Amino acid sequence: MLAGEFGPVKQWAIDHMVQVGCMFDAADLVSVSQAHIMGDPEAVGMAGADLLESLRRDGARVSIPTITDPRGVDLSYYAPLGQTEDMAILERRIVDAMSGIDIMMTNTCINYQTVMPPVLGDHVAFGDTGVVIYSNSVCGARSNFEGGPSALAAGLTGRTPRYGLHLDEKRQATRRYRVSQQPKNLTDWGILGAAIGKLSGSYWEVPVIEGIEKAPTSDEVKHMGAAMASYGSTPLFHLVGITPEAPTLAAVGGNKLPCETVGEDVLGALRSRFGGQGDKVDVIVFAAPQLSLVEMQMIADLSRGRRFKVPIFACTAPQVYPDAQRMGFVEAFESAGGKVLVGTCFYNGFAREIGEANGWTRILSNSAKIVNILGGYGYHPALADMAACIDAAETGVIQ
Amino acid sequence: MTTTLKCHVGIGAIVEGEALVAKDDFSARYDLDRIKGVFSRPDHALAGQSYHDKILVLNTAKGGVATAWMLHEMKTRGIVPKAILFNSANTILAQGAALAGLTMCDRFEDGDVTDLIRQGDTLIVDPKKGEVIIKNR
Repeated sequence: MLAGEFGPVKQWAIDHMVQVGCMFDAADLVSVSQAHIMGDPEAVGMAGADLLESLRRDGARVSIPTITDPRGVDLSYYAPLGQTEDMAILERRIVDAMSGIDIMMTNTCINYQTVMPPVLGDHVAFGDTGVVIYSNSVCGARSNFEGGPSALAAGLTGRTPRYGLHLDEKRQATRRYRVSQQPKNLTDWGILGAAIGKLSGSYWEVPVIEGIEKAPTSDEVKHMGAAMASYGSTPLFHLVGITPEAPTLAAVGGNKLPCETVGEDVLGALRSRFGGQGDKVDVIVFAAPQLSLVEMQMIADLSRGRRFKVPIFACTAPQVYPDAQRMGFVEAFESAGGKVLVGTCFYNGFAREIGEANGWTRILSNSAKIVNILGGYGYHPALADMAACIDAAETGVIQ
Repeated sequence: MTTTLKCHVGIGAIVEGEALVAKDDFSARYDLDRIKGVFSRPDHALAGQSYHDKILVLNTAKGGVATAWMLHEMKTRGIVPKAILFNSANTILAQGAALAGLTMCDRFEDGDVTDLIRQGDTLIVDPKKGEVIIKNR
């Protein structure tokens, strides 16, 4: 295959897997049941679009169900955001090429809520760190962070190098934390995840967490995992008595580890980093991860009877949007002055250029993940819970 | 006089260049203005500095999966580091290096690579041997 006997597509895929596998001492390849590809135009660029088109011309077709992460351009709503025609052209090129390779354009980072959640022990090749950490931790599936090219190679071959989280020994806990405050809302769960990610600080650390008194909802643990992965590059955590590989602390080797407490000192430091009470806000975003149907209902309920004076966006999955529309959630949010973006996520849609085009710097969100990312894109991000974000949309000021 | 550092076998070709060192982590998405070729995140230790043609020496990865595509896009546009050395790379960085044909190594035998290599050192990186030579000392 490496010599090209099976054609240029398989040669490209196996060459990529061999290079990565050698760096991480993979003994062989493992079969995977699904692949999930991140390929927004800002990240892929012209060079990546050329590569995808070239693979398609060479006859590339995926051999396992292969789906996509959020796109960067909502092709039904990009000019009003300040995205250019060039961005839309690049978006269309990538969508055409991926569709031609038989990739399913699901355009979601919550596929574990909307498409097909993996199951315990299921080897998969998922991109998007939030997808990977949820699938590993909550579902008990087995995936490394597979960036776009590696997920594509996995989709084309049905395999990925067997290293990292495909191996039992790499899934044992290496850091042990005790939570001293129970999170109360989605933002609190995100802050807790951010704190543990920051403390762990490496892809190769596996946190085990004690002290959570009640099993979180899927949305709560989604925000926790997405933030942990964002701040720490963390791909797996265990919640003792809650997640499937940690029925007990000892099951993941946590009883042999010293325990660190995650308390108000750590959580408060994170909150104050993204404070800003009393500041005027330019734009408000609910995204990262995309909103579930339940979150769409929450923003709809909070929006009724309001009149927003600050631009406010909610990014949701194409699988969620029709239900949210049918149930009146989209109308409730949009009639107050909000806008639902479908199949995209705010930070991977040329966020710097959008900010410059609209004069937005002070951004507010309830997502601990997105405020972490957007600092590098010229924004001054602030963090508040969903209700406070909706209030700020009406008053124009962070409460 | 030269110094030789041993590391894990890495990815890419042999390169020579000047070290740009920080005790900080790395993501192409989170930290860079890739058009200008500078670190743009205000609280990054290298904020405002150009990474073009430098050999970056950093701690580990941060954040998401975008770097796997972005290194390739940066390499094609020609505004890119010559190599990146880490204490510990993550899977995304390695995948990005493989796609881009960018030189990358990690896991140094003698300790913290951000201490072993100094700002401005001239380095030769040989990923296949798992070796970095400091030419100037």
